[in-house]
Amino acid sequence: MRKRGALGIAAIFLIAAMLVSALVGAADLNPLDTVAALADKIPFVHLPSGLSPLDRAVLFQIRLPRVVLCALVGGLLAMSGAGYQGVFRNPLVDSGLLGASAGAGLGATLAIVYFGAVGQGAIPPAAFLGSLGGVAVAYLTGAAASRRTGFGDGVATLLLAGIAVGFFFTAVQTLVLQRSAEQDVQTVYNWLLGSLSGATWQQVVWILPYAAVSIAMVLLHGRHLDVLAVGDEEARALGMRPATVRLIVVAACALATASAVAFSGLIGFVGIVVPHIARRLGGPGYRSVLPLSLLGGAGFLVLADTLARTVLAPAELPIGVVTAVIGAPAFVWILRSTQGART
Amino acid sequence: MKPLSRSGPGARAATALAAAAVAAVALAGCGSSGSSSTSTSTSASAGSAASSASAAAAAFPVTVTAANGAVTIKSRPARIVSLDPTSTEDLYAIGAGPQVVAVDQDSNYPAGVPKTALSGLTPNIEAIAKYNPSLVVASQNSGGLVSGMTKLGIPVLIEPAVATLDAAYAQIEQVGAATGHAAQAATVVTGMKQQIAADVAKAGTAHKGAPYYWELSASPYYSAASSTFIGQVVGLFGLKNIADAVSKPADGGYPELSQEYIVTAKPQIIFLADNEAADGAQSPAVVAKRPGWSGIPAVQDNEIIGLNDDIASRWGPRLPQLVAEIAAAVEQLH
Repeated sequence: MRKRGALGIAAIFLIAAMLVSALVGAADLNPLDTVAALADKIPFVHLPSGLSPLDRAVLFQIRLPRVVLCALVGGLLAMSGAGYQGVFRNPLVDSGLLGASAGAGLGATLAIVYFGAVGQGAIPPAAFLGSLGGVAVAYLTGAAASRRTGFGDGVATLLLAGIAVGFFFTAVQTLVLQRSAEQDVQTVYNWLLGSLSGATWQQVVWILPYAAVSIAMVLLHGRHLDVLAVGDEEARALGMRPATVRLIVVAACALATASAVAFSGLIGFVGIVVPHIARRLGGPGYRSVLPLSLLGGAGFLVLADTLARTVLAPAELPIGVVTAVIGAPAFVWILRSTQGART
Repeated sequence: MKPLSRSGPGARAATALAAAAVAAVALAGCGSSGSSSTSTSTSASAGSAASSASAAAAAFPVTVTAANGAVTIKSRPARIVSLDPTSTEDLYAIGAGPQVVAVDQDSNYPAGVPKTALSGLTPNIEAIAKYNPSLVVASQNSGGLVSGMTKLGIPVLIEPAVATLDAAYAQIEQVGAATGHAAQAATVVTGMKQQIAADVAKAGTAHKGAPYYWELSASPYYSAASSTFIGQVVGLFGLKNIADAVSKPADGGYPELSQEYIVTAKPQIIFLADNEAADGAQSPAVVAKRPGWSGIPAVQDNEIIGLNDDIASRWGPRLPQLVAEIAAAVEQLH
């Protein structure tokens, strides 16, 4: 029952966050007219709204796609953070782990510096491929090293390989950046800070299939992660193949992270803070932590982006700054009360 | 529909050149060897070149006060290294081009500059010293450039990004004094002032207060407020910058705007300084297709101006070309 209640709370939180986010913004649209215009979109509901055509364009073409993209990105990042934490049996693991963030950063940097000619359109696919490539290299290196040495159960080796790959990619990125023009440096820096200010419906459509596949794959493996939590030997005794489960979940989480960062840039802390809050709400079992993280992460990022675009309105704050400003104190709070946060 | 005709700016440039030519003739009467500001005219006669060279030789040693303090140049620098695109343009415009032996990787104007792999952002002292320079010009003192070159006895002029048009003129004149081309620098500055004044006058004041949006980058959307150098240049036309209401001291005049704000501020002109392929490729066609932007007056009236990004981001002798582009856009307003 606790699980179902927590899921309900998370769903209500997400819907409320999206509604608030849709109602506020730099354009100062009348909230009542905005609600009317939104409700008018529901089938069989017809409400007059005082919004001008320009206001409607702001609401439906600029604000709403941003809210929806934020929800998707936040949900994917938090869910993959939780998934990684399960796979590696480590509560300090983030969605950017295993070279995912560093790979995305390197991909985006290469696109900006060397393929600037095709415009910013090159950045999302490059970041996407970079992120997937980073995880693939880390996974293959870690798995090979683990086989050769027979060290531990492979989990620690994978993590270390991820850290090494991350450092290497970051170093290459720094080298490329150091050799590039001033304007490119600024563009890369903006991307690294994370921003959803250019969100469009097209991006939402692009991200949806990847989101659907990765969410389905991860959520279906909640039970497996619970078994994995007691150890590889025990899992094997129960007829499970830990290495296979690990590969599937890592692949799904890598896909989720890659499609999220492709459009948002690097957004930290969502993937680590949200799963811990989910654990406190719904207990340590992954069958609840994963869906709770998905919904909670979506709501969290929608709220963070709402702050990003209202605190300094009509100017904007990079969303990465907002999530870190909220995330860092939240993380300290979690560390202070570890007795409640079993993993 | 008011398509931005290419003949507009072209015609403007022609008038401007004519004005500059008149100025050059007038100054020539005073005994100066004039070369028009933006054209790469090399028509100065051998005689006047020789006389200006001897006059220049007499001017040394010269002490100028650059951003890095007083710099004394003992004799006319025969080997100049420029580490900044604007400085490179300045040097060539005032006739110091033949003295330039190397320019940094970002310098790309005028055509045929001795481009090298040198970087002005992360300068390598040894790599610069290899060119055996007698003067180094840069826009920022990064990586210990000044102290490093000073140890080698090579004077460095730091000519940073300027905040005002007057500072841009002063910089050209200073580079002129430091390289033995003071008279030509003065001619260039006079020509620039006249061209700019003529364009501003021709655009008139009918469109005072028309809101405009200056785009430096898209998603995130960075803009430049009136307090910036570029804002002041557009400010000559009395337009209203939509970034002003947003800019806070902390952003240095370069605020990040939300799309919602840009759209509801209804700018009548959009200037794209991120127009070209290397700088984001946000062409007028791309901007017109941005979701939710179709209701902006500038989009509806085809008043999206794709600028030459280099000219729009530098503070050198090609400023009148930028002013001419802005003037053409202002005149198209209805």
